[in-house]
Order: sequence, then structure tokens, then C-alpha cells
Amino acid sequence: MTAATLAAASRSRLLRPTRDVALPLLIFLMFALLPLFAWLTAQQYLLDLGARMMVFAVAAVALDLLVGYGGLISFGHAGFIGLGAYAVGILSAQGIDDALVSLPVAIAVSMLFAWLTGIVCLRTKGVYFIMITLAFGQMVYFIATSLAPYGGDNGLTIAARNTVAGWKLLKSDRAFYYVALICLLATYLLCRALVVSRFGRVLRGSRENATRMATIGFTVRRFQLVAYVISGGFGGLSGFLLANSTEFVSPAYMSWQQSGELIVMVILGGVGTLDGAILGTVAYLVAEEWLSGLTENWQVIFGPLLVLAVLFARGGLIGLVSRFWRFGHG
Amino acid sequence: MSGTLFLVQVLNGLQLGVLLFLIAAGLTLVFGVMDFINLAHGVQYMLGAYLAVAFYGVVGNFLAALVLALVAALAFGLLLEFLVFRHLYGRDHLDQVIATFGIILFLNHAVRLIWGAAPLTLPVPDFFAGTVVLMGGLLYPVWRLVIIASGLAVALGLYVLVTYTRLGMLVRAGATNAPMVSALGVDIGRLFMFVFGFGTMLAGFAGIMIAPIISVEPGMGTNILILALVVIVIGGIGSIRGAFVAALLIGLVDTLGRSFSIDILRMVMGPSPARMAGPAIASMLIYVLMAIVLYIRPAGLFPARGR
Repeated sequence: MTAATLAAASRSRLLRPTRDVALPLLIFLMFALLPLFAWLTAQQYLLDLGARMMVFAVAAVALDLLVGYGGLISFGHAGFIGLGAYAVGILSAQGIDDALVSLPVAIAVSMLFAWLTGIVCLRTKGVYFIMITLAFGQMVYFIATSLAPYGGDNGLTIAARNTVAGWKLLKSDRAFYYVALICLLATYLLCRALVVSRFGRVLRGSRENATRMATIGFTVRRFQLVAYVISGGFGGLSGFLLANSTEFVSPAYMSWQQSGELIVMVILGGVGTLDGAILGTVAYLVAEEWLSGLTENWQVIFGPLLVLAVLFARGGLIGLVSRFWRFGHG
Repeated sequence: MSGTLFLVQVLNGLQLGVLLFLIAAGLTLVFGVMDFINLAHGVQYMLGAYLAVAFYGVVGNFLAALVLALVAALAFGLLLEFLVFRHLYGRDHLDQVIATFGIILFLNHAVRLIWGAAPLTLPVPDFFAGTVVLMGGLLYPVWRLVIIASGLAVALGLYVLVTYTRLGMLVRAGATNAPMVSALGVDIGRLFMFVFGFGTMLAGFAGIMIAPIISVEPGMGTNILILALVVIVIGGIGSIRGAFVAALLIGLVDTLGRSFSIDILRMVMGPSPARMAGPAIASMLIYVLMAIVLYIRPAGLFPARGR
């Protein structure tokens, strides 16, 4: 393959108008208009639900960067959410409740943890990588349960949402909603920029064939480590938002079930698409909200739906959408 | 800590170890031979326990309930294989994860619908009820010894089956290189079904055997699944021998860690920080162990050859 065809191929991947521009635009437009809809129909809970979706979508997009583009399935990603949340909680318990401090700390702690554990985790491959990330996730979980001064098993209530330079910006639910939206948009755009960059191509290359990438002269593990650290940092951002939205932190945020749910969200939406991760999160939480209104044991319905989705909707929701799109256009 | 207390905890550790082995053996075979991540293996353990309780309620005899529950567990496992798993062999690991996760959700809540959320109990069979006197006059429940003995017997049986029979040879060959076995004219679909059914039955057996000494409740299979995954990863995926060694190791480390972590920590720190850190460190111990093992041997202790 010549350099020219390579460039053309990558350019054609850069922007497909309907798929890469229209769909994300639509998703973010709907998020932006949701508060208006909630206000018009007087359904205040929609605002909470929407905020929850965006908080978890931040983590899901970050996880998709790893899973979909790096081929690295992290089963401990809730640990990063927990680290970010506990950074907010512990700082607040110490009397520091400004986002100008707690946000950078939340992200930095998660990135540092990702860097230290990433060095160890990336020695392994495939299923072993899944399990070793689980191990580190469980370690943070058990550390959190032992933090008796900060609530231990029971978790820690945060006195008030973070201020921003002394200004009580996040106090109103609607303001918090739009801050979460900006965070999600920033996460999405940054990850999008990453995957189309040279860095992203190397990452995808090492997913397809690590040996070949190494032979061309790339230190594969270093690229994977950087991706892992970035993804962990966004996990911390998600944790910062989660702690502020619920005004409560608990070890349950970083349980392995939570990590599992994140993976399900990513796969449900469609792996390696980024906007799919957002769709998957939305679908998961909507299904949870809607089905749990129908029956207490809503998982009895949701479980088989997941199985059917795997058997019949390959490529997740994004796959369905694009097949539908192609069908509509002959 | 006295010698007798230590002995009791070693026995408890062994009991947890053989239980983990029963679950991990099926998991590692399914994983090794079919390259299939079956997260639903834990709920099959749970199902075994529930079926035992249900059949005991009908027939009132533990042995009969055991046999019926085993057969039912096997039948249900094969049904799942036929309906779902069969279509997922050769698919991406992620697809298998999400589908089996869906089955976990379904079964955990289906048993809640059928038997209620309250924990159920199963009486220990009369013949094995009661305790034996260990040295030093300490009493130990007989049933736990029965679990250890039956687990070791299954391990021995599996060893003979895998090492000395034609079927075992096919299983070993499948774990090393499944496409090659298929190319040599073996009906790999039937081999897969056999391995899968067998693994399911072992997990069900573990659930039935443990039911008399724990409360049978929804979700009991989820945490044990994570432990079993830790076991097969430490042991090396596809290796029965690895699963056996790792299961005993994890069982002992976890049990002894939980019993003695506070005492050990008190040698180096004050009593109150030791009480705080002890349980957390004990819970973490097996994950630390796994991280260290994988750091030194990235494919586990006994990697199946050719992977």
C-alpha cells in the first residue's frame, strides 16, 4: 500500500458525514434539550436521569478508547471512578471543597494509579489482562472499605457540592447538568481527536497485530500505557462528577459489578465507536429505569434482551443504526 | 493462635479450596478447550444449590436430592448450551461476556421470583451430621470433611479421566489446539458439548455440597465466580492441574488471611490500626497474590502448551 492510498484511507475514516458528524450531533443536541423537555413536561426526574447518563458516559467513552481502539479490556475501570469520587469526598471531609482543587486532584490520582498499575497490567495479554485489572480494581475497593475515618463500608456523605473558585455553580441541578454535558462533550472530542491522530493509529495497529507494530519500530507497550493512563484520568473525571451529583461516595462505586456494567454499556452501544459508548450508557440506564418501573426483578427481562442483542444485533446499537441507515439509502 | 485453631483454619481453607476447584475445573476446561468465557458458570453453582433444596423438599432424602439435582443441573446446562452458548463459540470474547452476563442477570432474579429473596437452608444429611473431635479436643463438623473428601475424590477422578482415557486425550488436545483436533476428524461440536455439560455438572455438584452449611440465596454464585476466575488465571487457563494447585492455594491464603491478619498485623502496629487494616488486607490478599503471579508468569503457573 502506498503512502497516498494510506492517507486517503485515513482521510476517509476521518469524517464520514452522516455517521461521524450527524449522529454525535444528534446525541449531544438531545442531551442539550433534555432539561427544556423535562421543564415543559414537569418531569424533574428526567434531569437526574440525564445527568447520571452523562456521568457514566464519560467513563464509558474512556473505556471504549481502551477496549475498542487498544483491544485492552479493563475489568477494573470502576476503580478509577471510585478514586475520583473519593478524592472529592476526602478533600471535602478535610474542608477543601473547591473544584479548582478537587477536580485536578481527582484526575491526577486516577492517572497516577493507572500509570503505576498499567506498568504491571500491560505485561499480560487477553484474558489475563482482564483479570489483572480486576485484581487492582478489587484492591482499591477493599482499601475504600477499610477507610474507617471516611465511612468504611457505609460510604461518606459530602456536605455540599464543590464550589468553583468560591462560586456555588454546581448547586442547582440544571447548572450541574450542563457542567456534566460540557465534561462529556470535552471527553468525547478529546477521545475522538486521539483516535484519529497518529497515536490512535498506532494504538489500533497494536490491537490488530502487536508483533508487526513492534517490528516497524513502535514501543507498543508505551502507547498502550499512555492510553491506559488517559482512560484512567477520564474515569477520575467521571468519579468527580458522580460524587458531586450524588453528594455521597461509597465503595460500591468501584465494585466489580460496576466495572462489569461499564463494559456492558460499551459493548451494548458498539465497541470502538465512542458515540456507541454514549448510546450504550443511555440505553442501559433507560432500560434499567423503565423496566424497574414495570417489575421489581427487571433483570429477568433485561438479561434475555442482552443475550438477544448479542445473538442478533452484531456491532451493538451503533451497528443497528448504521444498518438501518444503509437500508434507508438503498 | 494455638495449634488447634490453626489446624481448624487449615481444614476450612482446604474446604474452600476444593469447592473452588470443583467450580474452576469446569470453567478452565470450557475456557481452555472452547476459548469461551462463561461468566454464567457461577450461577450454575447457585442453581445446583437451589435445585438440591427444591428436590430435598420433594423427596426428603439428601442422596436422592443430590442425584436429581445433578441430573437437572446437567439438563439445564445442556439446554443453555443448545439455546445460547453454541452460537457464541468462535465469536469475540466481548460478545461472550455480555451474553453470559445477561444470563447471570436473568437467573439471579429468576430464582428470586421462584423461591423468593429470603435465604433457604438445606439440612446436613443425618449420617454426616454432628462433629468429630480433632486433637486437642476441638470439635469439627463432619460435613466439611465430607466436602473435602468428595472434592479430592473428584480431583483424582478427573486426573485419571484426563490423563488415561481417550476422551481425556481429546480434551487435552482440544485445550492445546482445537482447530487441529477438528481437522483430524473429531466431532468438535460433540466434544464441546460434553466438556460443557461436565463442567456445568461439577459446578452444580459444588453448589449442592455446600448448600447444607451456607444459606442458599440469589447472587451466591457471583462472588464465587470471581474467585474461580482468579483461580484459573493463577493456575493457567486450560490446565486442570493448575486449577487444582491454585484453588487450594487461594482457599488457604484467603481463609488463613482472614483468620490471622489482625494477629499478624498487631506484631508490627497498634491494636486499633491493626483491627482497621486487617480485614481489608485479608480481602485483598488473593488479588495481590494474583497480581504477583501474573507479573512473574504472565500466563499463570501451569500454562497449557500451545497457547
